[in-house]
Amino acid sequence: MASNIDEILEKQNNSDRSDLLDVLQEIQEIEGYLSEETIIKTSLHFKMATAKIYGIASFYDHFKFTQQGKFHIRVCNGTACHLSHSSNIRKEIEKLLKIQHGQCTRDGLFSIEYVSCLSACGISPVISVNKAYYTLVKASDIKGIIENLKAEK
Amino acid sequence: MESNIQFLKEKVLLNETLSFSKEDEERIKILKLEKTIKPIIFVGASSCGYVAGVQKTMDTIKQYLTEKQISAEIIKVGCIGLCALEPIMDVQLPGMTRVSFKYMNAENVAEVLDGVFNNTIESDHILGQYRQKNLQKWENVNFIDEIDYFAGQKRIVTEHNGIIDPEDIETFIAYGGYRAFIKTIYHYTSNDVCRIIEKSELRGRGGSGYPCGKKWKITHDNAADQHYLVCNANESDPGAFMEKSIIESNPHKLLEGMAIAAYAIGAGKAFIYIRADNKLAIERFKKAIDDAKAFGLLGENIFDSGFNLEFIIKKGPGAFVCGEETAMLNSIEGKRGMPRYRPPYPTERGLFGKPTVINNVETLCNVPAIIINGPVWFNSIGTTTSKGTKVFTLSGKIKMNGIIEVEMGTTFEDIIFKIGGNVKNNKQFKAIQLGGPAGICLVRENLNITIDYEELNKIGAIMGSGSIIVMDEETCIVDITKFYINFIQHESCGKCIPCREGTQRMLEILEKITKIPKDEASHQTLERFKGVMQLESIAEVIKDTSLCGLGKTAANTFLSSLKWFRDEYEEHIFDRKCKAGVCKELRAFFIDVDKCTGCNACMRKCPENAIIGTVKYPHFIVESKCTGCGICVETCKFSAIFIK
Amino acid sequence: MIFDIEVNNKIIKAKRGETILSALNRNGIKVPTLCYMEELAPSGACRICVVEVEGQQDLVPSCAQPVEEWMKIKTHSPRVIKARKTIVELLLSNHPDDCLYCERNGNCELQKLSIELNVLERRIIGQKGKQKADRSGSCMVRDPKKCILCGRCVRVCEEIIGVTAIDFIKRGNHCEITPSFRKGINLSSCINCGQCIMSCPTAALYERDHLPEIIDSLNNPEKHVVIQYSPAISVTLAEEFGVKAGKDINGMLNAALRKIGFNKVFDSSFGADINTIEVANELVNRIKSGQNLPMFSSCCPAWVKYVEQTHPDLIGNLASAKSPQQIMGTLMKGYLAECINIPSENIYTVSVMPCIAKKFEAQREEMTHKGITEVDAVLTTRELARLIRLYGIDIMNIESELADTVLGTRSSSGKLYAVSGGVAEAIIRTSYNLLTGGDLINYKITELRSVNKNKKEFKIKITDLDLGIAVVSDMINAEKLLDEIKNGRKDIHFIEVMACPGGCVNGGGQPIPSRKEEIKARIKAIYDVDDKESIKFAHKNPQLNELYKILFGKPCDENCMNILHTSFNKRDVLL
Ligand SMILES: Cc1cc2nc3c(=O)[nH]c(=O)nc-3n(C[C@H](O)[C@H](O)[C@H](O)COP(=O)(O)O)c2cc1C
Ligand code: SF4
Ligand code: SF4
Ligand code: SF4
Ligand code: SF4
Ligand code: SF4
Ligand code: SF4
Ligand code: SF4
Ligand code: SF4
Ligand code: FES
Ligand code: FES
Ligand code: FES
Repeated sequence: MASNIDEILEKQNNSDRSDLLDVLQEIQEIEGYLSEETIIKTSLHFKMATAKIYGIASFYDHFKFTQQGKFHIRVCNGTACHLSHSSNIRKEIEKLLKIQHGQCTRDGLFSIEYVSCLSACGISPVISVNKAYYTLVKASDIKGIIENLKAEK
Repeated sequence: MESNIQFLKEKVLLNETLSFSKEDEERIKILKLEKTIKPIIFVGASSCGYVAGVQKTMDTIKQYLTEKQISAEIIKVGCIGLCALEPIMDVQLPGMTRVSFKYMNAENVAEVLDGVFNNTIESDHILGQYRQKNLQKWENVNFIDEIDYFAGQKRIVTEHNGIIDPEDIETFIAYGGYRAFIKTIYHYTSNDVCRIIEKSELRGRGGSGYPCGKKWKITHDNAADQHYLVCNANESDPGAFMEKSIIESNPHKLLEGMAIAAYAIGAGKAFIYIRADNKLAIERFKKAIDDAKAFGLLGENIFDSGFNLEFIIKKGPGAFVCGEETAMLNSIEGKRGMPRYRPPYPTERGLFGKPTVINNVETLCNVPAIIINGPVWFNSIGTTTSKGTKVFTLSGKIKMNGIIEVEMGTTFEDIIFKIGGNVKNNKQFKAIQLGGPAGICLVRENLNITIDYEELNKIGAIMGSGSIIVMDEETCIVDITKFYINFIQHESCGKCIPCREGTQRMLEILEKITKIPKDEASHQTLERFKGVMQLESIAEVIKDTSLCGLGKTAANTFLSSLKWFRDEYEEHIFDRKCKAGVCKELRAFFIDVDKCTGCNACMRKCPENAIIGTVKYPHFIVESKCTGCGICVETCKFSAIFIK
Repeated sequence: MIFDIEVNNKIIKAKRGETILSALNRNGIKVPTLCYMEELAPSGACRICVVEVEGQQDLVPSCAQPVEEWMKIKTHSPRVIKARKTIVELLLSNHPDDCLYCERNGNCELQKLSIELNVLERRIIGQKGKQKADRSGSCMVRDPKKCILCGRCVRVCEEIIGVTAIDFIKRGNHCEITPSFRKGINLSSCINCGQCIMSCPTAALYERDHLPEIIDSLNNPEKHVVIQYSPAISVTLAEEFGVKAGKDINGMLNAALRKIGFNKVFDSSFGADINTIEVANELVNRIKSGQNLPMFSSCCPAWVKYVEQTHPDLIGNLASAKSPQQIMGTLMKGYLAECINIPSENIYTVSVMPCIAKKFEAQREEMTHKGITEVDAVLTTRELARLIRLYGIDIMNIESELADTVLGTRSSSGKLYAVSGGVAEAIIRTSYNLLTGGDLINYKITELRSVNKNKKEFKIKITDLDLGIAVVSDMINAEKLLDEIKNGRKDIHFIEVMACPGGCVNGGGQPIPSRKEEIKARIKAIYDVDDKESIKFAHKNPQLNELYKILFGKPCDENCMNILHTSFNKRDVLL
């Protein structure tokens, strides 16, 4: 695990601040989130305070500071999906999994995230689980979807 | 025979007269895939296609071809703009015109392909055939450009989207790509280019419509050891996806536009800031850069012109406000994406303190055509003050949801009712939201407004992100306003007080009027009302004092919706009712005893156990337990459950 | 270039390149500000300073917008006032309505704005923040509910002090100012300089209060409560009572403290003198042995923490002598206790410091012996003022008194410890004596007295030694200097570092506001003392020499090392 971070940082032979976000993204891609260790190491590399790096990273929606679930559910919260009642889906997922945006269930299985338009407004509402998409989703479908995923595990 | 690359370089790109030998012309046709030996199957493989399941479609096609032992080529193309009809598949048989099919889910593949290969296509899936010279037409198949959806459009920016393979630079060049760039670096000085663009009166498509040529000129004239070009592809409006789609469908066009712009302002480095979510677009743009480099169209001393250009992709880690140009600069510099105060303007001190031009994707995609066809051509399209075309994302409760490009001067009426084919599911039209969260809503009365910067300005609207969201009678205006304010609040950078606190207060007030509190004293109705009155005055101050465009436009949605739908607000406040039945906490669910068959399905699904009843007898909803989730309505096959 | 602009229908002069605000201020027109900070680039964040400029669609922030010839400005038009008022109302709408129980009650910029803008009605009602105050720090409390996110603290910490212990996190309404990972300030790299407190317009940041313990001790008949005050207190305390900066009220301070009930009152300058002797000896010894050079002063606990966490490899370069506060504490619990025959457990030692880091220093493990702390409680100047008010003492109208004498006399060089450059000056004076046996005739070292620079240097030839001295007061300049040294610079022997720009006269415990003009006046008052008083050299302090004779022996000898010196250790924090 740790070596990934080191490798990425090492590859970055300069410590030009404008590369900071790229490096953080690259690390997150591999690690799934930004751990304290990541931020401390990055801070040493870029010679910037950890408070600063944490401040910058937390500004952006993409950076996560906790591990993602095995099944990462993304619920489209774009306008078209909202118009077709995606908020019901959100509520349902939140209720069933007892987690909120950006959180992960305790068993590490599920995490949820609300995203903007997934560009499939015509078949909204849309959710995705890892790489699979579900379109024209209804709140009443959610229970089944989650149960199927649980069974898959 | 020389390689394709050599051919394209020497015979096409450097051929200024465009007179080809017969042989060369044939070769170009092959590269354009107009002349083929094998059948070609094109599939719409952009984001919307993938969500709609085009991957499965492709797999099925492959399987079909193997099974039937047909030798055909499958080519992935971008998005033609008909997202509502995805997955889309086109087939081109040797010697025949290309014909397009909609809703090509895996299960339809065999049937349609059977038809095509047997030269009998009578399918519900036909979209139409392309108009192609010298190729044999399909009988009894309409032309695709005759469909209302395309008939009302004029496509400059999106010209080849969905038609050519976005990952193939050779096709792009065969279709005339990169000629504008070569022409620029061979024949024009930077000043010339600025003048041409100025003369074309191209205005920025990303925001306020600032004259593009003027921006370039100012930057060009600001002396510095380095200038930068930044392409703004941060598109994060929750209802716009045309930039993403443009890049996915024709990355080279943007690349060419950027290269010309960089040349015009004397920039040796061009950045594109693109939201990291848009993985496919990033991937395709990256490939475009690599291919262009391999072609010698990027890098050092391009085509021996002495011009050097380096491209850098910056992935935006998810913040709407980074679309604001100064915030974007901060983000590229590795900072929190908070807008900077202007002056100094980016044209003077931008990225890393150097003069910088920030342009929108669509703006830049217009550039190659202007260089090739000349400013006068461009100038002749559109209205007196707004030239050219405008791309919109059309979505919401509209039949033909997708990406359209129309000439400036088109009315919204035409867009909604002709191109868009009216509201979905035969519902009543209510309003459109133009320009996303920063935009305003337009009702039936002002749909005759034409698309034109000044006209829109007059009614306080902006072109904005170019998203058009159609709302029908089932849309609650207070709810959608709340949705937008929530978005704005979430995306506000938090730097300035009016925007940060003001939008939050607006949201809180709207939340209050869309909920019934547990125990409400009578004076609170008045307070709710006062809250809305307050809202108007807060909204004005937010507009008046915010630092950046996000705050300045934050209240637009609210103010315009209040203007047109004051009665709906009042209904929410005084009668505690949501006519559209959207505001969950204001709606109550009832079971129609006459319709209910007692099938018991709703009772089993209700997550709150709010439904009671015995099988075969009408069921009943316990109001105090019901949270208004609406699951029972979805469940009931007999439409027995209604909202009051 | 100077040109005319029109403001409120009158013509005023403006300079090219300056901001509207600066032109207005020069012409005596007041516009409120919140995020604006002198000397730093405007951030244009709070929008309270907006004015109306004819022809501009929106209001413009005067602190950020440069003036231009064509401008016609209205600073108090109805539109402007409405905007400002709404902004303040928005801030108040989710602010805890806590003024009566608030640290900054009566000295709060938000409160002042609401008075100025005549906010008399709760027009906008918002949801109150629920964040908990961070009380983990030994010196400082952060109460995010009261934070208006003006960003001043963040900028001070990063751009002036150079520590960056805190920053904005998240965005929009979720914005907050926190140390890394939203952890407690105790785990952060904060060096407790308190400059962020000085910059904060509200009570979102304030010192950890030690008053209750002190009042308890004062009320406890068993306790013999003794107090010392730092050299910087006497020249600033009066400001808390409405007197213009720069008045030295040393005598009245002594009297007031006695009235409150402190059994003994001492001036820490005496401790400073001892510190001078020890440090000067250390310096001369190190120069002779060539080891651990350059030597760093160690009387600023914020700087000491900085070295411990950021440059642990340089810990050996710190002077090992205790700071004046701790020397005084040691002596009170030891020597004084013996003199007055009271067991040291019954002596309660209080110090008044211009500083919040001194609260941290007093709690350092190294500063306790067998569980007994040398200094039990530390008050800031502001807390002392509160104590004086609480006891109803009209300090500006009482007879002066002298400090107690057992640990009392001071040289004026001890007093110099209050200003940046002063410690160095004192050390030079005594080192000169150590090296030559004589006394410097030009004892005023003007090169180190410049008020406008936070990095100063001075070279003096003493016999065959070219003594090089450098003085810095903030970590940015300290870093620059350390860089030079790491890159091989060898001509500097002693570096005085204070964390607060200008020194302790501008410490984090001083009256708020501490603006440029106040700091200058305080510095002048200190130098005046140096001019007026007769004993100008630490080594000429008679009581001190007496003490060395009867108690310590020779400077830096084993006994002194035991009593008067300390040690420093590497510190793990979230840098
Ligand atoms: C909050 C905010 C978000 C914006 N988002 C975008 C965006 O996603 N894409 C874009 O091209 N311009 C966006 N803009 C406009 C840009 O600031 C800028 O005006 C534009 O990129 C200039 O390009 P143009 O002159 O080609 O239109 C945004 C502006 C604001 C205030
Ligand atoms: S208006 Fe909003 S987004 Fe823009 S700078 Fe201010 S707080 Fe940030
Ligand atoms: S709306 Fe939801 S909670 Fe209410 S009765 Fe129907 S299913 Fe149950
Ligand atoms: S699902 Fe419909 S028909 Fe069946 S019990 Fe419920 S209300 Fe009645
Ligand atoms: S910070 Fe100021 S406004 Fe807030 S409670 Fe304290 S005194 Fe009142
Ligand atoms: S200021 Fe007003 S609210 Fe505060 S104590 Fe005085 S009377 Fe009461
Ligand atoms: S006390 Fe000093 S170091 Fe600590 S946060 Fe405040 S300014 Fe920064
Ligand atoms: S803590 Fe104080 S100085 Fe810092 S941002 Fe908040 S209000 Fe401003
Ligand atoms: S300079 Fe003085 S006031 Fe500031 S932290 Fe150091 S000792 Fe304290
Ligand atoms: S809004 Fe959800 S896909 Fe567009
Ligand atoms: S048709 Fe593919 S993006 Fe819309
Ligand atoms: S003081 Fe000018 S914007 Fe804050």
